[in-house]
Amino acid sequence: MKLCRRLKSTSRNNKRDLRGILWILPSFAGVLVFYLLPYADVVRRSFLGAVDNQFKGIDNYRLVLDNMAFQLAVKNTVRFTFICIPALILIALVCAVVLQKSRYGGVIKSAFLMPMALPAVSVALMWRLLFHSQGILNDWLSALDINGKDWMNNSSAFWVLVGTYIWKNLGYDIVLWMAGLSGISENIYEAARVDGASEWQCFLKITLPNLKSSLYIITVLSFLNSFKAFRESYLVAGDYPHESIYMMQNLFNNWFRDFSFDKMAAAAVLESAVLLVFIVLFQRALDGKDYV
Amino acid sequence: MRRILFAGKLKIGQKLLWGLLAALALAVLFPVIFLIAGSIMGDDELSTYLGAVISGKEGYVNMPLLPRYPTLSHFVEIFIDSPAFFVMFWNSIKITFGVLIGQLVVGTMAAWGFAKYKFPGKKGFFLLYIILMLLPFQVLMLSDYLVLDQLKLTDNLWGIIFPGIFSTFPVFIVHRFFTEIPDSLIESAKLDGAREWQLFWYIALPIGSSGIIASLVLGFLEYWSLIEQPLTFLKDKSLFPLSIFLPDITNVNKSGMAFAASVVTFLPALLVFLGGQDYLEQGIMAGAVKE
Repeated sequence: MKLCRRLKSTSRNNKRDLRGILWILPSFAGVLVFYLLPYADVVRRSFLGAVDNQFKGIDNYRLVLDNMAFQLAVKNTVRFTFICIPALILIALVCAVVLQKSRYGGVIKSAFLMPMALPAVSVALMWRLLFHSQGILNDWLSALDINGKDWMNNSSAFWVLVGTYIWKNLGYDIVLWMAGLSGISENIYEAARVDGASEWQCFLKITLPNLKSSLYIITVLSFLNSFKAFRESYLVAGDYPHESIYMMQNLFNNWFRDFSFDKMAAAAVLESAVLLVFIVLFQRALDGKDYV
Repeated sequence: MRRILFAGKLKIGQKLLWGLLAALALAVLFPVIFLIAGSIMGDDELSTYLGAVISGKEGYVNMPLLPRYPTLSHFVEIFIDSPAFFVMFWNSIKITFGVLIGQLVVGTMAAWGFAKYKFPGKKGFFLLYIILMLLPFQVLMLSDYLVLDQLKLTDNLWGIIFPGIFSTFPVFIVHRFFTEIPDSLIESAKLDGAREWQLFWYIALPIGSSGIIASLVLGFLEYWSLIEQPLTFLKDKSLFPLSIFLPDITNVNKSGMAFAASVVTFLPALLVFLGGQDYLEQGIMAGAVKE
C-alpha cells in the first residue's frame, strides 16, 4: 500500500517533470537548431584549415592573435568599453537621482528614452549633417571662433561614437538606476534627516551603498549594449571607418566577406570565452539574490 | 538661520541641476526635431540650408528648425513615386511581425515552463538561455551563417525571422513576470479541475500580459532597426528592410526624400514607444530588479 502510494507520487512527479520540458521544447528545439549545433560546428571549425579542412590544432588561434586587424579591433573595443561605460553609468546616476526627486521627472525621462526608438539609419543621416567638415557642429563652433574639423575622418570619430552610445543608452540606464533608487526605503532617509544629516551625506551614506547591487547589473547590461554602437558607426562610416573606430564587428564583417571562416571561427570562440566569464559573474551576482 | 540659508542654497543648486537636465533633454531630442523639420522642408530651402554638404558650397550647414514653407511633398514622393521604398517598408513589417508573432508563441510557452515547473537540469537550461541572450551578433555570426546555408535560407527573409523567433531574450523577460504569479492561484485553479493548457491560457497569459507586452515593445524596437543580420545575409535588394536603407543625401533632388524616409522609418518605432513606454520601462527593469 505504502509502496503503491510512493510509486503513484513519483509517477506524478515524473509527469510534472515531463510537462515542464514540454513547455520549453518548441523553444529549445529552435535554440538547438539555430544556435547550439551551429555553434558547436564553429568550435570544430576553429581547429580546421579553411581550405583543406585538415586538423590544424591551435594554428587558427595563433593566426588570429597575431593578426594586426584583430589587435586593432580588440584595442579599440576595450578602449571604447572602458571609457564609455563608466561615463554612461555616472551620467545616468546623476540624472536618475535628480529625476527621482521631482514630479516632472517622467516627461524628461521620456525625452531621454526617445533615442532608443530612433532607428540607426535615421541617426546616420543626422550624424552626416552634424559631423561633416562643413556640418552643423562646425557651424556652431565657428560662431564661437573655434576651428572645426572633419569629425568622422579623424581620431575624433572615436569620441563621436562614445557620445552616440551615451546618447542612445542614457534613458535605458536612467530607468535602471531609478528602479534601484525606488527600492530604497524612504524611512531610512527620514531617520537620517532627523539625526541632522545633509542631503549630500544622505547620498553618500545611504543612496550609494544601497545601489551596489544595481551597479553590477547595470554595468553588465551597458557592456552588452555597447556592441550595438557598431550600427551607427557602420552606417556613418561604412566597412572601413577611421582606424580609431574599427571595432570587432567591422573585423568580423570583413572576414566574412573574404570567406575567412577559419579566422572567424577562432575569433568567435575566443570572444565568447571572454564574454562567458563576464556572464557567469553576472549570473553569480544575480543568483546570490535568488534571481532565477 | 543657518538652516534656512542652507535650504536656499540647496534650492538654487537644485534649480541649476534642473536647468542642466532640461537642456540635456533638449539636446538629446535635437536630432529627432531636426529630422522632422527636414522632412517637411521644400527642395529649394533644403538646398540652400544644406548646400555646404550637398553641393560643396562654401560655408556651413545652417538649418532653422522651422521650415518657411512646410510641405508634405517628400512623403508623397516616397509613398507614391518610389515602389522600392514601399517594398522595403513591407519587408520590415514582415521581419518584425514574423519575429514577434513567433516569439509570442514559442517564447511565452518556454517562459511559462521555466517559471512554474520543476524539471531536471532546469537551472542549466536557463543559464544557457541567459548566455545566448547576452552574446552579441558578431560571436554568433558565423554559426548563424552556417545553419542558414545548410537550410538554404540565406538571401531569404525567413533566414532573418527564424533566428529571431528563437532568440532567448523574450523568454527571459516574460519569465520574470510569470514567476510573480502566486502559486496559490495555480493550485486553486488545479483543484477546480483546470488542465495544464488552461492554466497557461486563463492564468499565465492574462496576468503576465504586461510582461508579454514589455517584451514585444523591446522586440519591436530591436527588429524594426535591425542592421547586422539583413546586412550579412541578404544580397537581393528587393528583400532589404527599411532599417538598412540609407538614402543618399548628397543628391540635391533627393535630400528631402532622405529626410522623409528617415521619418517614415522612425514613425512606427515612435508610435510603439509612445504607446508602450510604461511597458518598455517595465521590460528594461525586468532585467535588473531583484525579487
